[in-house]
Amino acid sequence: MARHYQLSRLPLALLRHLLLASGAFLMLAPFVLMVSLSLKPPAEIFAAELRLLPETWHAVENYSAAFSKQPLARYLLNGFLVTGAIFTAQMLSAVPCAYALAKLRWRGRELVFALVLLGLLIPHQVTAIPLYIGMWKLGILNTYAAIILPSTISVFGIFLLRQFFRTVPDDLIHAARLDGLGEFAIVWRIMLPTAMPALMAFGLLSFVWNWNEFFWPLIVVQSEQLATPPLGILFFSNAEAGTNYGLLMAAAVVVNAPLIAAFLLAQRRFIEGVTMTGVKA
Amino acid sequence: MAAVELAAIAKSFAGTAVLRGVSLDIRDGEFLTLVGPSGCGKSTLLRIIAGLETPDGGTIRIGGRSVDGVPPKRRDVAMVFQSYALYPYMTVRQNLALPLEMRRLSTIERLPLVGRLLPGARRKRRQIEADVTAVAAALSIAHLLERRPAQLSGGQRQRTALGRAMVRHPQVFLMDEPLSNLDANLRVEARTEIAELHRRLKTTFIYVTHDQAEAMTMADRVAVMLDGEIIQVAPPQQIYDGPAELRVAQFIGTPKINVLAGRINATGGIDVAGGSWPLAVAGAEAGSVSIGIRAEAWEIDKEPAKRAQGCLLPGRVRHLEHLGAETLVHFVADSGAGAEARLVARVEPVIAAGLSMGAAISARAKPDRILVFDAAGKRIPVSAEPASTLRQVANA
Amino acid sequence: MPNAPAALAASARPAFGAGAPLAERVAGWVLAGPALALMWLMLLGPALAVLALSFTDWTFGSPRLDWAGADNYRQLIGDRVFWVSLTNTLVYVAFVVPISVAIGLAVALLIEAGNGLNGLYRTIYFLPVTSTLLAMALVFAFAFHPTVGLITRALSALAIPTTDWLKNPSTALFALGTIGIWQAIGLNMVLFLAGLKAIPKDLYEAAAVDGADGAWERFRRVTWPMLGPVTLFVVTITAVRSFQVFDTVAVLTDGGPNKATNVLLFQMYQEGFSFLRSAYAAAITVVFLSFVLVLTLLQVKLQERWTHYT
Repeated sequence: MARHYQLSRLPLALLRHLLLASGAFLMLAPFVLMVSLSLKPPAEIFAAELRLLPETWHAVENYSAAFSKQPLARYLLNGFLVTGAIFTAQMLSAVPCAYALAKLRWRGRELVFALVLLGLLIPHQVTAIPLYIGMWKLGILNTYAAIILPSTISVFGIFLLRQFFRTVPDDLIHAARLDGLGEFAIVWRIMLPTAMPALMAFGLLSFVWNWNEFFWPLIVVQSEQLATPPLGILFFSNAEAGTNYGLLMAAAVVVNAPLIAAFLLAQRRFIEGVTMTGVKA
Repeated sequence: MAAVELAAIAKSFAGTAVLRGVSLDIRDGEFLTLVGPSGCGKSTLLRIIAGLETPDGGTIRIGGRSVDGVPPKRRDVAMVFQSYALYPYMTVRQNLALPLEMRRLSTIERLPLVGRLLPGARRKRRQIEADVTAVAAALSIAHLLERRPAQLSGGQRQRTALGRAMVRHPQVFLMDEPLSNLDANLRVEARTEIAELHRRLKTTFIYVTHDQAEAMTMADRVAVMLDGEIIQVAPPQQIYDGPAELRVAQFIGTPKINVLAGRINATGGIDVAGGSWPLAVAGAEAGSVSIGIRAEAWEIDKEPAKRAQGCLLPGRVRHLEHLGAETLVHFVADSGAGAEARLVARVEPVIAAGLSMGAAISARAKPDRILVFDAAGKRIPVSAEPASTLRQVANA
Repeated sequence: MPNAPAALAASARPAFGAGAPLAERVAGWVLAGPALALMWLMLLGPALAVLALSFTDWTFGSPRLDWAGADNYRQLIGDRVFWVSLTNTLVYVAFVVPISVAIGLAVALLIEAGNGLNGLYRTIYFLPVTSTLLAMALVFAFAFHPTVGLITRALSALAIPTTDWLKNPSTALFALGTIGIWQAIGLNMVLFLAGLKAIPKDLYEAAAVDGADGAWERFRRVTWPMLGPVTLFVVTITAVRSFQVFDTVAVLTDGGPNKATNVLLFQMYQEGFSFLRSAYAAAITVVFLSFVLVLTLLQVKLQERWTHYT
C-alpha cells in the first residue's frame, strides 16, 4: 500500500507533526490542567508562577476530601447504576425491535420504522416538560426510575441495529426456523451474537452519553443521594464556590476517570460506533 | 508515440520482492500485452511506467528520454484504470476536459471564478471544448456528455475512461485490465474496439491482463510475466507454438497443455510411459524431461496400437466433454510415468462418437507438435527423426 | 413443513404482511412492542404533548388548564429576553460550527496525509468528546481566570488584550463557544477520517496522471467534492449539538452576565422549572424543536440532491 503523495519527505513530515502536535497539546491541556490542579494545595493554585507539578503535594488531601465533603463515591455508584440500567433496557427493547424491522414481514413495519426515523429528529430535551409533569403526577420524581426511564428508548440504537441486522443473510434465519427456533430464540441466539460489534460500540456510546447527561437529572433529581456524576459536580461547584479549586478538580478527575478508561480500552469500538452514525442505509 | 525501454526494474513491498530485475523494450507504436496470473507483478510494473510507483532499482526511458524521478503528469502517458477511476461528481464532459485543463491552463486561469474572466483563458477553454467534443464523437459517447458516471452503463464508462486517456494524445497508453469489469459478451466487443483504436491512433499501447485470450487476440507481441520476471516476449503465435519455458506453455492455451514425465535414453530418444518415443533430442544428456503436448496435437485411435510406430500412448477414456464443434476426450495413460497425468485431447465429434467411458484408446502425438522441456523447465529442441533412422538412412 | 416453500416464495415479494405466515406477522408486533410502547411513552407522546401544551396557559401546579391559542407565541415575540436568547444561540452556533468543522477537517487531512502516530493523534483529539462537559467546563473556568488562568496568561504573553472572559458580556458567549469547539473537534475529525478513507485511491492516481498532483489540486478536484456528503452531515450534527448548548451555561454563567449567555434551552429550563411557567416553556421548546427540524430536514434534502455518486 504505497502512499505515493504522502508527506513522507522529512521537512513536510516534520511540519505535519508540528501542526498536529500543537493541536494535540491544546486538546490535552485541559486534562493536564485538571490533574495538575487536583494535586496542588490551595496556596499554589493561584500562584503567579506556572508549575505542572506541585511543590507540596496535596493530592491525598484533595482526593480524600473530595470523597468526604460530598458523597462522591455515591455519585460514581449512581453513574454506573443509571448507565447500566439504561443500557440494559435499551438493549432489551432495541434488539428485538431492530430484528422485527430488519427481517420480519408484518403490517406495521414501515410505519414503525417511520416513527423511529421521526424519533431521531427529536432532541431529548424536547420531552422534558411533559415527562416531568407526568412523573410528578405519578409521584416518582426524585427516584432512580425518574432518571432512567426517559432514556430507556434509544431510537438511535434501533436504527443502528437494524442497519446491522439487514446485512445478515436471510438464509441463516430460514435455516434457524427450519431447525425449530421460534422468533424469540432467533433474536437472542442468532442475531445477538452477530451484532456483538455493533452492540459493543453502541454500549460504549450509551455509557458515555448517559454518564454525561446533565439536563434531565438536573430537572428531576433533588436529593444528593441520587445525583449522577455531572450533577454531583454541580453540587460540588456550588458548595465550594471558588474557594477550593484543588478539591473541585480532584472530583472532576474522579468523575472523568471511568469514561477515559473506557475510551482508552475500547478505542476502536468507540470510533466505530461514532462512525456508524454517519452510515445511512 | 514512443518506445518504452525498461532496464532491470526491481520493486519490493514490505520485504517481498514483487519485481526481480525486469527488462523490456516496447517498440514505438506497438500493442504489447503484459500477461500473467494475479500477483505476478504486472500491474506494479505498469504503475511504475506511469510514475505512480518508484522502482527500487532500474531505469525507464520513454521516447528516448529518461523518466526516472519524473512525476506522472510530465511523462506524457495516459492510463485507463481497472475501475475506470472516473470522477463521480463530474459530468462526462468535465471528466474528459480535466486533463486538458490541467495542461493548457495556468494556475491562475484554473482558479474557480476569477480564472474564467482572463482573456486568454476563454480562447483556451473553447479549444478544450472542441477537443472534448471531437474525442466524444470518435468514441460515440457525444450524447452522454452531460451525464454523470453513475448514470452510464459499464461499456459507456469504459469508453469515457478511454476518452479521458485519448484526449491528451499521449505518447503511450497504459491499460490496467480495463475489460475485467465488463460482462463476457461486452468484453469481446470491447476487445475489437480497442484493437481498432490502436490501429487508428498508431500509438504505443501497453495492456495488462490476466486473461490469456485477451492477451493473445489483441497484441502485436505478448510479454508473459510470472513471479516478478518476464519469461518470454514474442508475437502471440510464437508464444503458443514455441514457448520458451514449461511455465509459459502451461499458462497460455486452453485447455491446459498436457504434460508427461519422460527420460532421455541412451540412444537419444525419450522414454515415456513405459514406451520409447522415436524423437531425437539434440545435444542433451540423459536426464528427466517434461513433454508438453497440446490438446489438439493428439490423434486418437479407437483400437489400441493399430500403428505400432510413432509417439504412442495407450490409455483409457475417463470423461467426455461434448462442446458441439469438437469433443474433449479426457483420458488416462495405461502405465508408467504419466499414469497419474490427466490428459486431454481435442477430437472431432465423429471420431469421439464411438468412444465410451473406460474404452481403450491409443493416443498418438503428432511429432512436429511435441514440446520438450529439460529438468529446469527450459525448452530443448527436438527433431522428429529418430537418431537410429538417420543412421539407417545414412548407411543404406 | 407445509409453510416453508410458501414462506420462502413470499420472501421474494416486496409486499409486507400479506404473504407472510401468521406467526411471523404476530412476532413482528410482539418483538417491536416494547420499543414501540416506550417510544410513544417517552418520546413521541411527550413531543406531541409539548406541542399541545404550548397552546394552553398552564403553569405548574395550577388546577386549571385552559386553551390559550397562540398567546404564548405572541408573548414570545414580544419577549425581549427570548430574542436575546435566540440571538445568543444563533451566534453561538455560527461561531462554533464553522470553526470546529474546519479544524476537524484540517486535523483529519493532516492525520491521513502521513503514517506517523496516526492512532495516537486520533485518540488525543477524540478524548474531549468522551469527557464530562460539566467537569471540563470548570477546568476551563479556571483557565479563563482573569489573572492566573492559562488562557489569560498565554494571550497576554502574546500582547493580546485580556479581560475577565466569563464575566465580560461581550466575551462570555465566545468563551463558552471555545469550550464547545474544544469538545466538537474530535467528533468531526472522526467522521471526516471515515469519509477520507472511503475515497477510492485510484481517483487520486487518475488525477495525478491527468496532471493534478499538487496538494491544492488534489484537495480541490478529488478530496473536497468526494467529502461533500460527509461535510454536510458533520455541519448538521455540529449545528444541532450546538443548538443544545446548556451544560456550560448552567455551571459557569447561569445565563449571565446580563443575559449575555442566555441560550434557548437555558431560558426554557428557567421558564419551565424555575419560574414554573410550563406552557410558556413549552412554546420555547417548540421553537427550539423547529430550528432543529429545519436543520435536519435541510440536510436530508441537500443530501439527496448531491449524492448521485454510487
